[in-house]
Amino acid sequence: MKAPERRLVLALAAAGLALAAWTGLSLALVWAGLAPDERQALGADGPRLAWLGWLAAGWAAAVAGLGWGLQRLFGRYVGAPARLQEEVRVLLAASAPQPLAPHGSAELRGLAGAINELADQRDRLRQDMARQVEQASRGVQQEKNRLAALMAELTQSVVVCNLDGRILLYNSRARLQFRALSQAPALADGAELMGIGRSIYAVFDRQLVAHALESMQQRLRRGAGRPSAQFVTTTRAGQLIRVQMAPVRDLDAGEAGAGISGFVLMLDNVTQNFQEESLRDQLLHGLTEGSRSSLANMQAAADMLGYADLEPEMHERFLGVVREEVAAMSGRITELVQRSTQGLKTRWPLEEMLGADFMTAAQRQIESHCRRAVTVEGLDAGLWLKVESFTLLQVLTYLAGRLVDEFEVKFLQLRLQRAGQRAQLDLIWSGQAMSTETVMVWEMDPMRFGSQSTPLTVRDVVERHGGEMWFERDRVRHRAFFRFLLPLASEQEQLEAAQIMQNDSRPEYYDFDLFQAGEQASELDDRLLSSLSFTVFDTETTGLNPSEGDQIIQIGATRIVNGRLLRQESFEQLVNPGRLISPASIPIHGITQEMVAGQPGIEAVLPAFHAFAQDSVLVAHNAAFDMKFLQLQEAATGVAFHQPVLDTLLLSAVVHPNQESHRLEAIAERFNITVLGRHTALGDALVTAEVLLRLLPLLQAQGIHTLRQAREAAQATYYARIQY
Amino acid sequence: MSRKILVADDEPNIVISLEYLLKREGYTVLVARDGQEALDAIARDRPDLVLLDVMMPKKSGFEVCQAVRADEALQATKILMLTAKGRETDLAKGLALGADAYMTKPFSTRELAQKVADMLAAQP
Repeated sequence: MKAPERRLVLALAAAGLALAAWTGLSLALVWAGLAPDERQALGADGPRLAWLGWLAAGWAAAVAGLGWGLQRLFGRYVGAPARLQEEVRVLLAASAPQPLAPHGSAELRGLAGAINELADQRDRLRQDMARQVEQASRGVQQEKNRLAALMAELTQSVVVCNLDGRILLYNSRARLQFRALSQAPALADGAELMGIGRSIYAVFDRQLVAHALESMQQRLRRGAGRPSAQFVTTTRAGQLIRVQMAPVRDLDAGEAGAGISGFVLMLDNVTQNFQEESLRDQLLHGLTEGSRSSLANMQAAADMLGYADLEPEMHERFLGVVREEVAAMSGRITELVQRSTQGLKTRWPLEEMLGADFMTAAQRQIESHCRRAVTVEGLDAGLWLKVESFTLLQVLTYLAGRLVDEFEVKFLQLRLQRAGQRAQLDLIWSGQAMSTETVMVWEMDPMRFGSQSTPLTVRDVVERHGGEMWFERDRVRHRAFFRFLLPLASEQEQLEAAQIMQNDSRPEYYDFDLFQAGEQASELDDRLLSSLSFTVFDTETTGLNPSEGDQIIQIGATRIVNGRLLRQESFEQLVNPGRLISPASIPIHGITQEMVAGQPGIEAVLPAFHAFAQDSVLVAHNAAFDMKFLQLQEAATGVAFHQPVLDTLLLSAVVHPNQESHRLEAIAERFNITVLGRHTALGDALVTAEVLLRLLPLLQAQGIHTLRQAREAAQATYYARIQY
Repeated sequence: MSRKILVADDEPNIVISLEYLLKREGYTVLVARDGQEALDAIARDRPDLVLLDVMMPKKSGFEVCQAVRADEALQATKILMLTAKGRETDLAKGLALGADAYMTKPFSTRELAQKVADMLAAQP
């Protein structure tokens, strides 16, 4: 039984005392009104004691009765509402509470019922709200994903930035283009320029972008429907880029209409176009001015030759001029033809396609259409064509169809080979050969497929490719073939096409949350950890003693922006240390002397890594070790890392002070992080990044929010006091 | 006394014809093979007329023309520009810089001889 309520005890005591006082007073009054003899009679010892005893018993009984009654009343009118109040508090706090059990008086039961109804109503509303929020956010996420997917497939380079010029989104085409802009393409892979949260001003002049933004804003204010700006700029790497800029409007900006929250850049690398145009100009110039001079020289000489009295010696000299100029003009025209066929590409849009893919497609299409076996021979696997595959497939199918229909050809063969600057595609059959006239007719007829026909002829398609096509006989092997000369993709195009094909996983190329993130004026130290960009890196070295000449042999790094690990934006480079790798360390990192032999030295790699890490906080596991190596290179490379540094080893010690081990493996195991490719620099950097991502919320739970707090907490740990 | 004409052109194949033609017409002919030589010859020999090619090494015909017009002493020198550039803008530039006439290559030698005669006759 619980202790009696204090108020109840007090009330009972007061009532008991009042009753006692009242009884005492009554007795005193009665006593005062008695005659002396009566007092005498009452005062007799025997009856007086009995009388007082009865009085006390009566009082006790009355107090007990009162106590019982009070307790009942209290329980009913004070205790029950208090319990109800507690239960309602539970109801208020809990997310999915038990309904109130009704008890107490009828009024209280009614009250409990009403409260239950209210709670029900509240819970229904809550669920409804949660469902709507979930739906809405799913919708938003879906839209974001759709947009990102769309962007990724675009063949134009698109970059979206916020007003501070931070990149929020880019597609893979833009990534490739920025690769071409990079000054250290082989080292940083363009990732030092193109990355979520990086500044676009690393590539484009800030003034130029500001000017374009301003003119866009002006147009917006004037009420232009499609305010966009354009500029052409040369990059530091000497590339010519045409940039189209469109605003991302700020819908919250209200009436003003000039509110812009960011901008979209569409980039075209026009370097190649420009070079082609220059070449075209050059050729045209050669044709006009060059020919004019030659013609002038010839005409003047011819005029002189017309004089009847010309001395024989002069006659010979003027003839010489004519011969020389004719030869010069012939040479010029020959060169012109050669260069124009080589250098000037056809204007029909062609796509890069792996030769093997095209052959497979052709084989399948001819087989299904002509119902004949088709084999592929002599396939050059590394060949990249630049073709319009659809119409070219039509041509092959059409020709194969006519061979089967009109010459009853049983077997067909395809062959693709390189022939100088072009690809040579043959459609081969054995048996009867045809006349040149027939070939001509086939070439010039609009192509037909069963009942379908196209207005295109074989000749049209061949011309679109700037190629040629003919019919040839192989008398020895009783075979004949159609041969097509087709353009090859340039090396740059091959590279790009191959890379686009390799992009299998959906990359993290966007982060719209950066729209909200303004440029913070405060120093990095006072910024929230969650708002910082981190470059998480690791180095592999020839040994453990940098001061004794051990050197870096590999640097790997990845980025964390806005709390997301950007695996696609990573850095990995072997470094030639210029000395022997100690045999003891080879089993650890697996990097041998041969592997670093052809690699760049630290003086080339460090600046590229520095660019990759700009504007970010450096993070490493046991950072002091890696930083020591970087610092020792400062003098030799002229590259200094002034960024703040965080050490995951120390942060782990902050979060889990009682754990024995803070080795990277141990921490990864604690956090259940799958470790892939450990002991490559990039592999370790990725694990370290995953560790950091899990440490950040734990630090926050300890009240460590800013970079300064994190650094101070790390310095205060036991491990920080140990000298490495 | 025969009139003096300077042929300034870097192409020997045109110079040989022009030299022969003009000598035949009775003029004294000087030859310069680039812009600088032309300027020197104009200052030294004071020809009455210069056949000036535009595209020359060291100094272009335009530069020579400008230099001659800037020099008071050489004001009277007639300049006939010869050029393989056929664009109107080139013609306008040549005349603006002080050429008296302009002929586009190729040209007929008879017309050229006529033009030279007309230009020299117009001289007071």
